[in-house]
Amino acid sequence: MILLIKTPKNRLHDLEFVKPIEDILKRDNINFKSIHFNKLSQKLINTADKIIISGTSLKDNYFLAYIKNFRWIKEFEKPILGICGGMHILGLIFKGEIKKCQEIGLTEIIFKNNFLGYHGKHQVYELHNLNVVSKEFNKYAISKNCVQAIKHKKKPFYGVQFHPEVRNKNLILNFTNL
Amino acid sequence: MKCAVLFSGGKDSTYAAYLAKQYDNEITCLISIISENPESYMFHTPSITKVNKQAEVMNIPIIIQQTKGIKEEELKDLKYAIKKAKINYKIEAVITGAVESAYQASRVQKICDDLNLECFNPLWQKKPEEQWDDLLKNGFEIIIIGVAAEGMEKELLGKKIDRKMINKLREINNKYRIHLSFEGGEAETFVLNCPLFSKKLIVQKKQTLGRGSSWKMEIDVN
Repeated sequence: MILLIKTPKNRLHDLEFVKPIEDILKRDNINFKSIHFNKLSQKLINTADKIIISGTSLKDNYFLAYIKNFRWIKEFEKPILGICGGMHILGLIFKGEIKKCQEIGLTEIIFKNNFLGYHGKHQVYELHNLNVVSKEFNKYAISKNCVQAIKHKKKPFYGVQFHPEVRNKNLILNFTNL
Repeated sequence: MKCAVLFSGGKDSTYAAYLAKQYDNEITCLISIISENPESYMFHTPSITKVNKQAEVMNIPIIIQQTKGIKEEELKDLKYAIKKAKINYKIEAVITGAVESAYQASRVQKICDDLNLECFNPLWQKKPEEQWDDLLKNGFEIIIIGVAAEGMEKELLGKKIDRKMINKLREINNKYRIHLSFEGGEAETFVLNCPLFSKKLIVQKKQTLGRGSSWKMEIDVN
């Protein structure tokens, strides 16, 4: 089972930041369960084969105030994909720092090494005011402004700054097929 | 949350308004942009003056903003209208009916960020079949008021969109590869009734204008 963790504060944002990911999983008949991060239990986390952490809107930093709710990530051994805000969570759990960096709209980024089946130049959809830097992750892709794809040095934890559910749906499927 | 809806009177912005309300947000005003440029990248243009009637039956105030429709400059007019909504109606968020257009969505996102407002796009990435199902299931009465694509004949103008029409659109799609939800501007729609309306709007007068493969229907509603 894939556990899809929702980060938006307002439920109306689920339609924009969670539902498109659910639709990709549904299309391929992938078994998943969506839950808001405030409702997570250790029992549920233990039943997940993989975890996806969604992003949220430009102005929604509610989840950052609850970063302690994500401490379980340190002990988790199975694959995690953090999208935008989800990537910020991954970075912060591993001594990362949040920095200001705004990108909105279609942007070209370059994957210097294979990252979930992506290599070279790709057009991606960006929607962020922040970015994260953590020494415990390797950088796999960059835009003109900031790091776009990271992977933990020891664990199967992946983070993307852009929103693959918009123009790079296969990245999510490649993650589920790991 | 107090919201303004970027409202064209068509199926997507009306459905976005409906969803915002369903999710316990308060729509304190509508914003409609009337573009002098029929080819605008940002705004849907036919019959937009009729949005006044829709606002009336929704009992929601409306801000109508004129624009010459010059690319990028029209964004200044949009920003001005949103700013006015923030001052006059104390909005905290803007709702759009954007589905696939990164061009439209990202520009509204930027304006909202500049004005320190939340932005909601509840139809983002939604599949056309699902959107039509939801519209019909929730009692949206929609007519076609503009066509601009090969396969979209002017005879479609004024026609109501029901299951039969959706099947016809599928056939047109199979032959001409139109977008089933008209994301490519293949058609423009107008909502005559939906759960947000206190009464159904009736078409009183209609006039067909256009040429070649681009036609629109000007309507009077009451």
